[in-house]
Amino acid sequence: MKHLRLYQIGLLVVLVAFWWAMTKPGLLPNLMFDNDRQAAFFFGEPLTVASRIWNWFVITGDIYRNLLVTLTETLLAFGIGSVLGLAGGLWLALSPLASAILEPYVKAANSMPRIILAPIFAVWFGLGIASKVALGVTLVFFIVFFNVFFNVFFNVYQGVKQVSPEVLANARMLGASPRQLLRHVYLPSATSWVFSSLHTSVGLAFVGAAVGEYLGSSQGVGYLILQAEGSFDINTVMAGILVLTGFALVLDALVGRIERRLMKWQPRSGETEKL
Amino acid sequence: MTDASASPAPDPAPSSAPALSLDGVSCTFISRDSPGQRYTAVADVRLAVAAGEFVSVVGPTGCGKSTLLDVGAGLLAPSTGTVAVFGRPLEGINKRAGYMFQSESLMPWRTALGNVMAGLEFRGLPLPEARAQAGEWLKRVGLGGFGDRYPHQLSGGMRKRTSLAQTLALDPDIILMDEPFSALDIQTRQLMENEGLELWQRKRKAVLFITHDLDEAIAMSDRVLVMSAGPAARMIGEFMIDIPRPRDVAEIKTSARFLELHAAIWFVLREEVLEGYAQQLRAA
Repeated sequence: MKHLRLYQIGLLVVLVAFWWAMTKPGLLPNLMFDNDRQAAFFFGEPLTVASRIWNWFVITGDIYRNLLVTLTETLLAFGIGSVLGLAGGLWLALSPLASAILEPYVKAANSMPRIILAPIFAVWFGLGIASKVALGVTLVFFIVFFNVFFNVFFNVYQGVKQVSPEVLANARMLGASPRQLLRHVYLPSATSWVFSSLHTSVGLAFVGAAVGEYLGSSQGVGYLILQAEGSFDINTVMAGILVLTGFALVLDALVGRIERRLMKWQPRSGETEKL
Repeated sequence: MTDASASPAPDPAPSSAPALSLDGVSCTFISRDSPGQRYTAVADVRLAVAAGEFVSVVGPTGCGKSTLLDVGAGLLAPSTGTVAVFGRPLEGINKRAGYMFQSESLMPWRTALGNVMAGLEFRGLPLPEARAQAGEWLKRVGLGGFGDRYPHQLSGGMRKRTSLAQTLALDPDIILMDEPFSALDIQTRQLMENEGLELWQRKRKAVLFITHDLDEAIAMSDRVLVMSAGPAARMIGEFMIDIPRPRDVAEIKTSARFLELHAAIWFVLREEVLEGYAQQLRAA
């Protein structure tokens, strides 16, 4: 697909044009609303939204302070959650006794709607950054944790052969200690699942930060959205959502770049470089 | 020439203990799902490999040859019997042995060089030194320019060479090989067999070589052991291969002594192969 990007951008243009046409007062006859300004009131107008974003970034520049807060929360949640999830997943996967004891608790924690913890975290950690990070960590942790835990667990103990028994036996014959096995066999073979879960986690880290801010805060993009919503300023709400989405995409692309670098040992389909 | 399984294997170096000896080894596997189901892979196996000796074990497929290697490597504890390494009972992993597996055993996330140096690295050798030694070994197996390739970028034969270098780089006193060349095409295979023999000739390590290919066994070994069909496979024959070295695996296959030995061993092996095949048909 040579023109893939072209089609993707084209689709975006069509969607925005549709949005613009449907909300532009007086452009189309009213079918749904009593008044031709109502569509704009409910859905915002793309041009106003764009000018809001332009204002934030270029003219007043007051987005940066809030964006910095939100990004800090997101990155902290993402980093802490991923590391804890990876460590916890590996630990439980490699320790059958602990996983047997904790299994019902793990299941319960997973099926609990964790976003509901946000108000509790606000009480525990206050209205500053900490409570948002805590929420994000909780969301990210479980994604990474489950991916690593279930994959490593099932591979090592249930005999699905992703960590190939031969590679494991070979490393042991080459003299690897249990720690070296973890570092040189289990961790590398877990990386592909870790990355697949990291892509999901990036979005959730943003969810944690934004929802936390939305529920109670004095700064951050979520706070901007909350303020705008209070005055029924849909255009600003939309602008905030678009900014968050944009940065989530950037972060996801970064993860993808790191993934490609670290996973270059993995054969890709269509690659026929045999010698 | 042929020996009953009960009589002890003649030890070519009686003055010192054999490099690896298995005595009365049986392995019974219990099914994890239903503990009542048992499968005895090998029963009462006795074998000894002297230091510097090249011993092959041949037998029908599924007779438990690989199980014996796992026992010798210390990866699998036998149900009964003892394993001794240079006279000392084996506990845990056999640290004096290198094991070349039948299937892919390279770490896919390490380059060829990284794989060869893995063992040296695990033993705490400083990285630059490990890298230099591994590079030497790669050159020795003819992969000097391929150190930065990942396993999936190498052909099957090159991966086997890398495995060979990985095993030999640690300079083990005992080398266990589980059908190392069985996945290769016939030309690459003869090439690898000759190279393997040459490397072995230089260092003279004890080798326990598992194969289902009788030609390969005779061409490479000092001694060939024949196993019966499983379950409860036993040693049923032992043949000294008195063809002079150095050998060329392709050339000696036409020599009179080779054909004689081949006929003698095949006479013992044939019934077991047929028996093993019949069992597989019954199971299917």
